[in-house]
Order: sequence, then structure tokens, then C-alpha cells
Amino acid sequence: MNSSEPAQHSGPSSRPAAATLEFRRATKLYPGQTEPAVDALSLEVPAGEICVLVGPSGCGKTTAMRMVNRMIDITDGDILLDGQSVKDRRPAELRRDIGYAIQQIGLFPHLSVADNVATVPRLLGWSKDRIRARVDELLELVSLDPHETRDRFPGQLSGGQRQRVGVARALAVDPPLMLMDEPFGAIDPINRERLQNEFLRLQREIRKTIVFVTHDIDEAIKMGDRIAIMQRGGKLEQYSPPAELLMYPANPFVEDFVGADRALKRLALQRVRDVDLWKAPLVRVGEHTTAARAKARDSEVPYPLLIDESGRPLGWLSDRGLAGERVTEELRSRPDPVLELDDVLRDALSDLLAEEAQYGPVVNERGEVVGVLSIEILAHALRSEVPV
Amino acid sequence: MILELAQVQIHNRTDTCESNNGFCPDWIADHFGDYVHPFFQHLILVGLTVAIGFAISFTLALIAYRRRWLINPVTQVTGILYTIPSVAAFFLLLPITGRGTDTALVALVSYVLLIIFRNVLTGLDNVPAETKDAGRGMGLTANQLLWRVEVPLALPEIMAGLRIATTTTVGLATLAFFAGAGGLGEKIFSDITYKSNVVVAGGLAVLMAAALDGLILLAQKAITPWTRAVAQP
Repeated sequence: MNSSEPAQHSGPSSRPAAATLEFRRATKLYPGQTEPAVDALSLEVPAGEICVLVGPSGCGKTTAMRMVNRMIDITDGDILLDGQSVKDRRPAELRRDIGYAIQQIGLFPHLSVADNVATVPRLLGWSKDRIRARVDELLELVSLDPHETRDRFPGQLSGGQRQRVGVARALAVDPPLMLMDEPFGAIDPINRERLQNEFLRLQREIRKTIVFVTHDIDEAIKMGDRIAIMQRGGKLEQYSPPAELLMYPANPFVEDFVGADRALKRLALQRVRDVDLWKAPLVRVGEHTTAARAKARDSEVPYPLLIDESGRPLGWLSDRGLAGERVTEELRSRPDPVLELDDVLRDALSDLLAEEAQYGPVVNERGEVVGVLSIEILAHALRSEVPV
Repeated sequence: MILELAQVQIHNRTDTCESNNGFCPDWIADHFGDYVHPFFQHLILVGLTVAIGFAISFTLALIAYRRRWLINPVTQVTGILYTIPSVAAFFLLLPITGRGTDTALVALVSYVLLIIFRNVLTGLDNVPAETKDAGRGMGLTANQLLWRVEVPLALPEIMAGLRIATTTTVGLATLAFFAGAGGLGEKIFSDITYKSNVVVAGGLAVLMAAALDGLILLAQKAITPWTRAVAQP
């Protein structure tokens, strides 16, 4: 995440995988109203980044998003897609170039999953074979089994599956820009988190420019490379990367919207691999207890950590476990929580608190202990500045 | 003239059951062939009525769907046509269209307009807003959205309208003989006191209504498979 690398070109003849997007004093004033819904919004989204529009209801975030593909007409100002004004293009044609996913998903209930996903490719006149291959590819991309889901109707899918089909449909022609209006809003919290993580993983692969609308600041912090906080009347209050937003809220409105726990929220921006872990005093079964004690004395962790032959954590050795001559497997306490390098610090903290533990062994992809994370390290991370 | 016809038939009856105006299986077996032509006459009248009525009301509904101000006037005009008793309509039309199928068709078609118009419009109006929004957002033009999304999704309502219109027309068309269009009504009224005649002619009309209703229902199921697809556990 937080990458500002330029868009990837997948081949000499293909178009860029991502487009730059620029709002230039874009304004929407509905007829008969004195207050604009979006007020001279100016911001730039670099190619391949997720820009989250966030704010209370009625702040114009959805209106701003819908002006991009001209579902809502721009009253004043302009919106540029790769430097070209969206106003210069025919709406239907423009929209086929922009992925579109909304909270209610809006799958066509009378069409199979495959036909839903094939909507825009058909409009663009792709061949049957190309469409079929693309549909299967997309379903796999969003973790759906093509054989199982291809011929089903939307009514036969779960909410999460429907959401995935919606994303696949929006990605069908590999559009350089995606618009997503609370795409995970109607999903229960557990599945929402899964879908968010899946989508972030997907985005690392596809590197689209994305405008993402939400009212949930936590979702904004998690998903956004940049966050635009808007206020009633369609005014932009702050536009910055999440870390900067949390460290330096521009004004009391932003500070209030981000929440009093913004220091804690910063823990969501870092992963376990980003902080300096403590070296673990590792011991194996059969080792002399004097050697084990010596290892613990030299470490910041007061207890030796017992590991198996493959380096996986077995448990902590207390004084009682160190009483004998040699280390045995019986006298140990559980190693929980075992943390992973990819965990975000906020989740790691909550795991530690849940286990009432001071320390947690950290393991790599193979399950081997690579260090120890402690409450102290987390406290330090809270006080220090997050690299912006 | 009708009465004369009836009398002719009464004179032809010799059997006791028949002269008692009863229900006579033998007579029915002998005379069933007489009902085949009126049956098909009736069927064609119903088919034409529903086809023409559908063409007119479907077009009106599509126009009114885009230009909402048309809904009220169209509903009022077709509503008035709907309330004119068919028999009255036949006689009112006689000086204009003369005796025959044309007169019957005009009267019957004007009766089904409201039914089909309202159902098509309701069907279109019931298409979920988010489905239309997603379609528009993906770049479907207004016409593509109409024919690929809105009309297919309105099919259950449209077909329901066709079913009501068809069964109603089968019944109403028994009065078409007043306009000189023949059909099963002509047989029924040719000897209304004779049970065998009325049972056969009336029974054929009921059968036709039930069969057509079933056929349309089958067609509806065939073209709207998604309405029966339910979530699998």
C-alpha cells in the first residue's frame, strides 16, 4: 500500500492499467438550492492509488464520486481523467471505461453470474471466446470457483459472493479507474474485514486508480492511500495519506471526525514486521537450565521461549520449569498469543490484551519464531511518528 | 333472427332426452363436430384481441414509462374503455365498422388495454433502482437498459397481465356473436335452453380459458428462470 509507483503498462498496444484523476474546482449545485452539494472540490489522485472520500452523510462524497462518470452532471469546474475532461466524452462511452461498484451491488437478477460479469465486454463487442475466458479469469481473481458460480443467478449467492461478483463485473474490461460507493457497507463486520483484506491484496496485483466512498473512518484508514475528508456543503477539509491525517489533523472538524482514539488508530497503519522486535531467548528440550537462564538474562524478555526442532514456539519456561537440571517439555506455559509478521499492530495489541500477556512470540510464514513483540514495543510505536 | 335459428334446431330434435332439453351424451357425441369451427373462430378472436391489445398497451406503457405525464391520461382513457359494457360497445360500433370480426375486435381490444397497460407499467416501475443505477453506471444507454434489463425484469408482471387479459377475453368473446363475429357464443345463444348445447359450448370456453392460462404460465416459467432459482445452502 501507500505506493506511488506509476501505472504498469501491460504491453505496447494496451492502455495504461491505471489513470490519473483530477478534480478541478468541481462543483455541483442542484437547481433550486442555494448551497452546493459539492463545493469547488480540487484534488488529484495519482495513478494506481486508492483515494477514499469520507465524511458524514450529506457531505457530498457520493455526489463527488458520481460526477466522475457523469451519473451526475458537473455544474461548474471540471474533472480530468488522464488529463482529458470527462465532459468531452459521451456519458455511456465514458462509463464503459470506468469500473462501477455500489453498496447495493445492483447485479442483474435475471442474468447468470457469467452474463452479469460479461455486461461491459458485450457492450464493447468482444468475441464470445474472449468473454468466456475473461469471465473465468475474473471469477478466480475474486476467489470464486468459476465452475460452481458461472451459471448461477445472483439470487442463489450469499451476500459476500454477490459482492465479489459485483467487483468482478466492475473489473471486466480492466478499466483504468474504478468507482466504489460503500462497496462493503451491506456486509456483516466479519465478512467485511475479509473482503477488505481480499480487495487490498487484489489491488496490489491490479493497481487501479480507485475512488472509494465510505462514511466509516476506520475503513477509510485501512483502504486509503489518500483520504479526502469532506464536510456538509461539499467542502474538502483535508486531503492526505492516512498517517498524516492521524498525526496532523488539519482542523477541529477533522480531529473530531477521526476520533479521540486516533493515536490508537495509528496502530492500524503498521504491521508487526515494521517495528523492531525483541530477540527471543530460544531454548530447546534437553538444554541445560543454566544456559537457558543465561540466555534469558541477556535478553529483554525475562523468560526463555521453548521451541521445537523446526523452530516453532512451544511455550514459555517459568522459574519452575527451570528448576531441574535440563529443560523438559512438561513444565511450560502456553506461548499464546502467537503473532504473525503481517498482523497489523492494532490486532496484535488486541490479541495480547485478550490473552493478558506481556509478550507474544512472532513467527514467519513457516511458523518459525523470529522475535518477540511486547506491550512495551507497542507503547513505543504509539509515541513515535509513523513514517508518512 | 336468433330466435328463428333456435327454433329450427328444436324442430330437429326427436329423442325424449333432447326434447326435454336435458344433458344427452348421445346427442353430444353426434353433434360435437358442429362445435369445432366455432371453437377455432373463438380461439382466433381471443388470440387476435390479446395480440393487438398487447401491441398497443405495451407501446403505450413504454412511452408513458419515459414520459410520466402520459400515465394519467392513458389510464383514464383506457379506464373508460374498460368500463363500457361489451355488448353496448358492439352496438355502438355497428354503424362504423359494420357486422363482423372487426367490430368484435375493436370492442374486445379496448377492454384489455387497461389491464395490460397497467401491468407492463407496474412491472417496469418495480425494477430495483440499484439495478438500473448499476446498468447506467456501466455504460448501458437508455435503450439498452430498457431492452436488456428493465423489460426482462418486468416479464413476470407483463405475463400476469397477459393471463388476466386472455382469460377475460375468452369469456367476453362469447358475446362477440352480437357483432356477427361468431365463436362459441353463437352456439351457446343458438339454443340457450338446451342443456347439452350450453354445456358443450360453455365447457369448451372454460377449457380454452384454462388451457390458454396454463400455456402462458408455462411460457412465463420458461422465460423467467431466475424467479424460481433460490439460494442453495
